[in-house]
Amino acid sequence: MPQVRIEKRLHRRRWLMVAVPLGSLMIALILITMLLVATGHPPVSTFRRLFDAAYFADGALTTSLISATPLAFTGLAAAVAFRMRLFNIGAEGQLYFGAIGATGIALLLHDQSTAVLIVAMVAAGAALGAAWGAIPGLLRAFLHTNEIITSLMLNYVAALVLNYLIFDSLSYWRDTSPAARVFPQGKVLADAATWPVLTLGSLGIPFGFLLAVAIAFGIWVLYTRTRFGFEAQVIGDSPRAARYAGMRTRRKIVAIMALSGGVAGVGGASQIGDFRHVLDVKGMEQPGYGYAGIVVAALARYNPFAVVLVAFLLGGLQNAGYALQGADFPSGLVGVMQGLILFAMLGGELLVQYKVTFSRRVARPHLEVEASG
Amino acid sequence: MRGITKRFPGVVANDSVDFEACVGEVHALLGENGAGKSTLSNILTGLYRADEGELEVYGEPAEFQSPREALDAGVCMVHQHFRLVEPFTVAENVVLGDHRDIGRSFLLHQRTIEARVSELGGRYGLTIDPRARIWQLSVGEQQRVEILKALYREAQILILDEPTAVLTPQEAEALFETLRAMAAEGRTVIFISHKLHEVIAVADRVTVLRGGKSIGTVTTADATSQSLAALMVGREVEIARRGVRGEIGDVVLEVEGLSALGDRGVLGLDGVSLTVRAGEVLGIAGVAGNGQRELAETITGMRASTAGSVTVDGAPVTPGDPRSAIRAGIAHVPEDRLHTGVAPSLSIASNVVLKDYRSPEFSRGPLLRLRRIGSRAAAMIQRYDVKAPGPDTPARRLSGGNLQKVVLAREFSSEPRVLVVAAPTRGLDVGAIETVHGYLREAAERGVGVLMISEDLDEVLTLSDRVVVMYEGAIVGEVDAAVATPEEVGLLMAGVRVPA
Repeated sequence: MPQVRIEKRLHRRRWLMVAVPLGSLMIALILITMLLVATGHPPVSTFRRLFDAAYFADGALTTSLISATPLAFTGLAAAVAFRMRLFNIGAEGQLYFGAIGATGIALLLHDQSTAVLIVAMVAAGAALGAAWGAIPGLLRAFLHTNEIITSLMLNYVAALVLNYLIFDSLSYWRDTSPAARVFPQGKVLADAATWPVLTLGSLGIPFGFLLAVAIAFGIWVLYTRTRFGFEAQVIGDSPRAARYAGMRTRRKIVAIMALSGGVAGVGGASQIGDFRHVLDVKGMEQPGYGYAGIVVAALARYNPFAVVLVAFLLGGLQNAGYALQGADFPSGLVGVMQGLILFAMLGGELLVQYKVTFSRRVARPHLEVEASG
Repeated sequence: MRGITKRFPGVVANDSVDFEACVGEVHALLGENGAGKSTLSNILTGLYRADEGELEVYGEPAEFQSPREALDAGVCMVHQHFRLVEPFTVAENVVLGDHRDIGRSFLLHQRTIEARVSELGGRYGLTIDPRARIWQLSVGEQQRVEILKALYREAQILILDEPTAVLTPQEAEALFETLRAMAAEGRTVIFISHKLHEVIAVADRVTVLRGGKSIGTVTTADATSQSLAALMVGREVEIARRGVRGEIGDVVLEVEGLSALGDRGVLGLDGVSLTVRAGEVLGIAGVAGNGQRELAETITGMRASTAGSVTVDGAPVTPGDPRSAIRAGIAHVPEDRLHTGVAPSLSIASNVVLKDYRSPEFSRGPLLRLRRIGSRAAAMIQRYDVKAPGPDTPARRLSGGNLQKVVLAREFSSEPRVLVVAAPTRGLDVGAIETVHGYLREAAERGVGVLMISEDLDEVLTLSDRVVVMYEGAIVGEVDAAVATPEEVGLLMAGVRVPA
């Protein structure tokens, strides 16, 4: 009887880092083909439509980048915390707070120039996101509370705050003009608060996406070149060694959680400045950017540059999903396809970290006699 | 075992090793760390599989796919780090993982198991209350549970990995009695060690491994410490006490009435006062868990004190602040070198500057000077003869001896006034022990005050000028290392106060 054994790899092989994700993608495509055939959809033309909508059609790349931008921010937020072995599940709420901060400051400074507004919105988004992220950091550092639980719970609090500002109060963010009385919505920002789009031919790159790339570079520098990053790595790797070396562990935990929250908060600012221009509650709550960011970070193995790349790929997938669904193609099926791709990609991770061997069980001699007799 | 070869990436851990143990003997497996003892025993117990070679158990060829298959064939190992479930009772631990008759039953047959455990314990002198919970037991008692576990499963071949590392001399002697009784009944005991006198005391025959090869098997009756040591390291080793040298200067470290809580929240360190002079080695002897770890951690600021003070050259050290201790000139070689002494996943280079990265030499503003860090690491690797592919190798890939060299290199480079070392050679091989001892002597000669905590009595007596003994968090006696006998210190370690 063949025996399957799963052993941890002593060394990670470099070629596997490339081969496994590609193989996983192939397996996902095979599974999706089976699914499509079973549900009576032509696989080839469906795939063509999928890839067209994601990457090849006119304007597809631009739309994919729009979907990718928030994922890049939340992915970077998860990655920056995980590099120190902190699990920030709270990017969702931190993104909301970033959006609240950016909208508030943009409404306040509505007569300023675009440049001033961008700086103010990014700063306010980062500050509020960081403050929201610092809460689980403080709890973890001083009360030893598990940051996974607290950051997750704070997401619900943040969502309630967001709802309160638009639906349940006459806050500064809410449009209280008579026209908007019927259905509550936020105040729309001045045109000057719209972030620019970098156009390269037919491709439009949102300013927020460029900002995410810059932040990715900053995180890389932080972790490979700075004292701060060095300390964060030591603390993440072995808190005892960090204490032994005289590092101020608590401060670093708070700082990294605040940084992570700040990155997610800039993502919230980008949502407002790049795309929504209004504190759009349902529009930001529905996609679950914060949670998707964790998947992005995991697939990217917490490498900041890979996060941006994975965010782009997943953004395309998401975008293709919107394009595919219609009368002949239920949105549930789109969800299953996206799920299969993620499932195969994450499953492939196992092969990078572990090796699976098939071995024939060596029967002991006396057992063989029994078997033949 | 014939022609056993096991390769790991980059190293051949076992190179055609031949090993044979007879029924009814205590067979020692002697060798330095990295000599391949652990690999060989892991192959024997089914944790690893050999790349080449054959294994025969009672004349039958065998290839174990898992520890369970090895267990079924009667091969059982007592690991250095015990595999016990702390909140469970002795009896529960003994039956855990057993899949024969009552062990397999859904219900736990407490009484039957307890009776069997008591009976086995009585027969082999392993007295223990089967209802006691593991966490209530001393390390020596926990080891008895491990051995009982093997006996309960009717293991015919018992492998013990460095069983005496955690025992007092008296406890070790009792263990040897048990092992001899087991061998006399026709079981085979394989005793892994690098302590020569123990091997001679308990084993019938010794197989020496060096550099992954079997060097030879000798009967202990024909061997001496010197001849075995020579076989083990491939050269003659000097086993001698440190003579008293002059040059002992002023008091550098003064500890006054120091108390601290242990990990369980009870007083672990109880009003300890001591002084260390420049150029002096003060040894702290004691059985593990009698406050030595708390002492080292409190002096170095890793643990907050509840009373008392620590001063270096007359200046007080802030309690519970490792950075203050580092600034005061206290270097620390911690007991747990892999998780405290280094950040295991980070590179050797990062670990070399683990304490120095803040200095202007290695950082400018918020940025690190990576090139300087790299060259410092390369220089340290060369000067301390660390066997590693390069400065970028993660620390956890190093063997115990090389890891300790990295820690020592870093601690010495800060030019400390005081050096606190805990279990500096635990788990190291003879060659590495010699090297580490050499560095400690050198530090003392340069005028550093050395406080050395060790459970290895030979080490304490060999290296120290004075020895204080700790028992239950307090100092119970001080002896002059030049004249003290192991028995005298052993009694103090067991809490017996000798009338002065």
